[in-house]
Amino acid sequence: MSAGEFDEGTGRAYNHRLAVRLLAYLRPYRGQVALAVVITLGGAGVQLAYPWLTKEAIDLGIRHRDTYILDRIGLTYLSALLIGFGLGYLQTQIMQRVGQNLMRDLRAHLFRHLQQLPVSYFDRQPVGRLMTRVTSDVEVLNELFTAGVDALFGDLFILIGIVVAMSQLNVELLVVTFSVLPVMVIVTLTFRAKVRRIFRDVRTCMARLNAFLNENLGGMSTVQLLGRESRNFAQFSGINADHRDANLRANRYHAVFFPLLELVSAMALALIVWYGGRQVMWTGITLGTLVAFIQYTQRFFRPLSDLSEKYGILQQAMASAERIFELLDTPIDTAAVALPGARVADAPASSTHAVSHVPGAAGATVTASPNGPATPRVGVRVEFDHVWFAYGGEQWVLEDVSFTLEPGERVAIVGPTGSGKTTLTSLLMRFYTPQRGEIRVDGRPLGQWDADALRRRIGLVLQDSFLFSGTLEGNLTLGDPTISSERARAAAREVNASEMIARLPGGFAAEVRERGATFSAGERQLLAFARALARDPELLVLDEATSSVDTHTEVLIRAALRRLLEGRTCLVIAHRLSTIHDVDRIVVLHHGRVREMGTHAQLMAAGGLYQRLVQLQYLGGENGEPAAAGRAGDPGA
Amino acid sequence: MIPVHFTRLLRAAARYKAGLWWGIACVAASNVVMLSQPQVLRHAIDDLYGGVTAEKLGRYALLVMGIAVLAGLFRFGMRHWVIGISRRLEFDLRNELFAHLQRLPVEWFQGRRTGELMSIATNDMAAVRMMLGPGVMYTVNTVTVMVLSVSFMLAISPRLTLLSLLPLPLVSISVWWFGDRIHRRFERVQERMGQLSAQVQENLAGLRVVRAFGAERRESERFDELSEGYRMGHLELIRISGVFQPSLAFWSGVGALLAIWVGGREVVANRITLGQFVAFTVYLGMLNWPMVALGWVINIFQRGSASYLRIVGLIEQSPSIDSPEAAVRPTGAARGELEFRNVTFAYPGSAEPLLHDVTFHVPAGATVALVGRTGSGKSTVLSLLPRVFDPPPGTVFVDRHDVRTLDLAWLRAQVASVPQDPFLFSATVAANVAYGVDGEDTAAVARAAALARLDREIESFPDGYATFVGERGITLSGGQKQRTAIARAVLRDAPILLLDDCLSNVDTQTEEAILEGLRGEMRRRTTLLVSHRVSTVREADLILVLDHGRIVERGRHAELLALGGHYAALHRAQQIEEEIAAS
Repeated sequence: MSAGEFDEGTGRAYNHRLAVRLLAYLRPYRGQVALAVVITLGGAGVQLAYPWLTKEAIDLGIRHRDTYILDRIGLTYLSALLIGFGLGYLQTQIMQRVGQNLMRDLRAHLFRHLQQLPVSYFDRQPVGRLMTRVTSDVEVLNELFTAGVDALFGDLFILIGIVVAMSQLNVELLVVTFSVLPVMVIVTLTFRAKVRRIFRDVRTCMARLNAFLNENLGGMSTVQLLGRESRNFAQFSGINADHRDANLRANRYHAVFFPLLELVSAMALALIVWYGGRQVMWTGITLGTLVAFIQYTQRFFRPLSDLSEKYGILQQAMASAERIFELLDTPIDTAAVALPGARVADAPASSTHAVSHVPGAAGATVTASPNGPATPRVGVRVEFDHVWFAYGGEQWVLEDVSFTLEPGERVAIVGPTGSGKTTLTSLLMRFYTPQRGEIRVDGRPLGQWDADALRRRIGLVLQDSFLFSGTLEGNLTLGDPTISSERARAAAREVNASEMIARLPGGFAAEVRERGATFSAGERQLLAFARALARDPELLVLDEATSSVDTHTEVLIRAALRRLLEGRTCLVIAHRLSTIHDVDRIVVLHHGRVREMGTHAQLMAAGGLYQRLVQLQYLGGENGEPAAAGRAGDPGA
Repeated sequence: MIPVHFTRLLRAAARYKAGLWWGIACVAASNVVMLSQPQVLRHAIDDLYGGVTAEKLGRYALLVMGIAVLAGLFRFGMRHWVIGISRRLEFDLRNELFAHLQRLPVEWFQGRRTGELMSIATNDMAAVRMMLGPGVMYTVNTVTVMVLSVSFMLAISPRLTLLSLLPLPLVSISVWWFGDRIHRRFERVQERMGQLSAQVQENLAGLRVVRAFGAERRESERFDELSEGYRMGHLELIRISGVFQPSLAFWSGVGALLAIWVGGREVVANRITLGQFVAFTVYLGMLNWPMVALGWVINIFQRGSASYLRIVGLIEQSPSIDSPEAAVRPTGAARGELEFRNVTFAYPGSAEPLLHDVTFHVPAGATVALVGRTGSGKSTVLSLLPRVFDPPPGTVFVDRHDVRTLDLAWLRAQVASVPQDPFLFSATVAANVAYGVDGEDTAAVARAAALARLDREIESFPDGYATFVGERGITLSGGQKQRTAIARAVLRDAPILLLDDCLSNVDTQTEEAILEGLRGEMRRRTTLLVSHRVSTVREADLILVLDHGRIVERGRHAELLALGGHYAALHRAQQIEEEIAAS
């Protein structure tokens, strides 16, 4: 997490542009918001009634010794309490409900946007930061919304109401009493300013403490091996002491501030006793007025300090909003699939990019139809036509790569680590776009294909067979409604995975933990095969796994591979050369260039790079993978 | 009475005994002073009714102010002592916890998530602090305010007191009842937020699979489901907490109403004066907060003691790898003679041994290399020497002492090791190089960096040796990290050097250069060297080939080549690799 994550923004509490965009999310709920505002106003009104009722009770009931009136006022007071209770309840319910709905909408929008951003975007963004956008930043906005309405319509209205009520009672006494107000405001503002800074220190200390713990608990074996314990303890103790001292400083301010507040309110009380008492004696204001005054002043101070606290929330929320919209403003991938269903009434700008950015004219912007463009199912023809590609920088990972897969042909790509093999699949899957040259599927450039239609025809098995948490069957279908349960089961059978699945508690309904942690690498690979096969793809792209598996699983995997390659166009990235006997043609890649091409026999006879790779394979390197030269590796591998 | 674990806490608090008593005295004193204020009000109002001079009114006003000033001083003392001490206790306890964690072995950490431990060191610690600070403060406060207020109120009118106090216990009870439920629902909401975050994380980690299989829609639906679950959880929480806040206001309102209503009737019936009536309502108002605090304090104590038990659970975990009693602590540095004698070793919790009957002897100053496939047990052999994992007793020896009988700090001080995946700390390059030694001698750091062939790159960094490497050294390449770790080990200048495949991320040329520099170092020390490259190990005094935890070949480079086994095949493979790289 970068330092920016702790940043509390520019400190600006209000930004008009952001506020307008936020309001767009509120629009579907404007009726409820209006209702909540009315209720908040009502609740504030009830609050104002209590001191008034107390005054009436004293002046009309007690002083006139009229129990009838006293009873009536008592009943009114009771009903005010009940109404206050009801309104308070309703207000929270409505506001929180709207707030929660709003967050759900915003989250859905953010998540869909993440699904549509280009893969290259994620190379630069730490996952943790993106998660913060979807979770805590949205949370902060909710606080802004609920606290904001409360502040604007609750606190402010109460403050105004109190002044109005007091001026109705006695303007002169109001002026005298409120002469303490400047003192109060100065005390509060000075305190808030100081304490805000101290709390920032406290948070910084806490973040340092967390970072230190995270690092030193994670690297404990290094710490212990290097005998750093005592020095690390001193360092930890130092941070811990900073944390304690910042808190002690905050405590000192609190210890001064709260008594000072009480003192100011005592000053108001003293003024009311002294000046109000004189008025009772000589100008004839009632005792009830005096008591009401005391109560109103007491009620005045709380919303005042609440307001200054909510100002802080506003500042934070604006910083969060800025970060959220920055993400939403990142243009989405040209190949992104359209994602309906985000319950956003007014999805601002970005999701429409999906259509407007798709390159090529008319035929290109095909809407996602379940069958894709009408092409006869005879297999796919894939052409790499003078493809050049570099990740970000200037260093070419692929240089002028050209080869063709004829329909039904099986081609293996071999080459040492870092030769650019895996990058080929990333380009074919449109995770990245080549800088020069073109990749064509069935004669049509990749960019002109509808993403859905293309992916329906290609089955991909990645080196790292990623499993999602959920059921095992869900991992095979991946939510594709066109893949029936039977088909998923048949696919599992064909790749020899059904025996393994049968052993699991629950079989196909077995629960898969995060990232398939309970499965071995070999088992995960079999499941990835089944996942691809269940789609019965016309083109199979397989990035062979490099991880070593036990002999039994290895036998299963080889047999499954043979089944998988049967009767379809295949592009196999062969890391272990174990598949080379099953393919029609072999392309040898080295340093991003195509160096040799031909059948196994031809290439062996030629005695070049390929022959040496095969030799190496039989000698068995570290991982069975020829590790050579450019160890820097490609980021896609 | 007091659970045995809490005696530890009482002992820790004993240091601050005097301050605690002062703080508690301040709480009581501030309340005594504060509660005399309604009496002033009562006399003022009764005088207003009966006739009063302006001078007398002024005196009442001054009295109100005086009381506030005095009470304020006591309140300052209260926070200063009670809350201040809770912060100091938190500091002590957290230090104790961290010091203890540092003594626990690696295997203990492997079974736990860092996040969990951090949560104990921060969240649980905060809960304990709340118990010791505000918890104690408000308990004392509540008790004194209640005792004083109620006696003043009883003095005014017992009947009225009884009636108006009726709803107050309900306040405490509802705070306690709601507080507990709200907390539980809140935790459920947090849990759902955790699930939601986990899905986002999983989705981003499996991004390519999602895209390749067009699973974006299904992922979005799954997200919506969890998002909706979170929303529902929140609404459940609000259904309770939404009742709680208004009900607090309601109950205290009912108290005030009773005072006015019933109190008013008492005034009408001439049983109390108007001044007493007003004073009574003020006392009643003063009881509100302590009643709220009572319920709240109960929750604080419940949570705090649960948290405290978790903390103590960690502190009482005894370190399984530690110096034995009567540990041997040789004077001076080790000579560096090593021996592994029939070592059969299984990782804790695993039945299957990873090493079988491994035996070899290393004379002081010799270099022994270990080669073999991934998972053959090479790194495990290295980890037994400094007792990262404990070998069986009587199997691993340094200078003919069983490592398990040696003083642990001394043993580890004799070893400088470079792991395959080195751990760097978010500090400067120089601090990372000097991590294993006291102080940060600039010249020595530069020498070590030069030996690891890292000096030129460091000098090209924006701030040279003062450049920060980021969390876990994220700004450095894999090769740079490995070389930093080599420099770190060189600088440590220990008699035993352990190199665990520490050059896997540098290219062959750099490797040659580093090895050339290291050879001088290796001649002065006993070295155990793990590598998968023949070029690295060919000059070793003894080469051991491991396969499935057993030594299958042993000898010098030439002997093993002549043997024509595993080692020879590895050698041939690397020759071809070089040819491929060159082509």
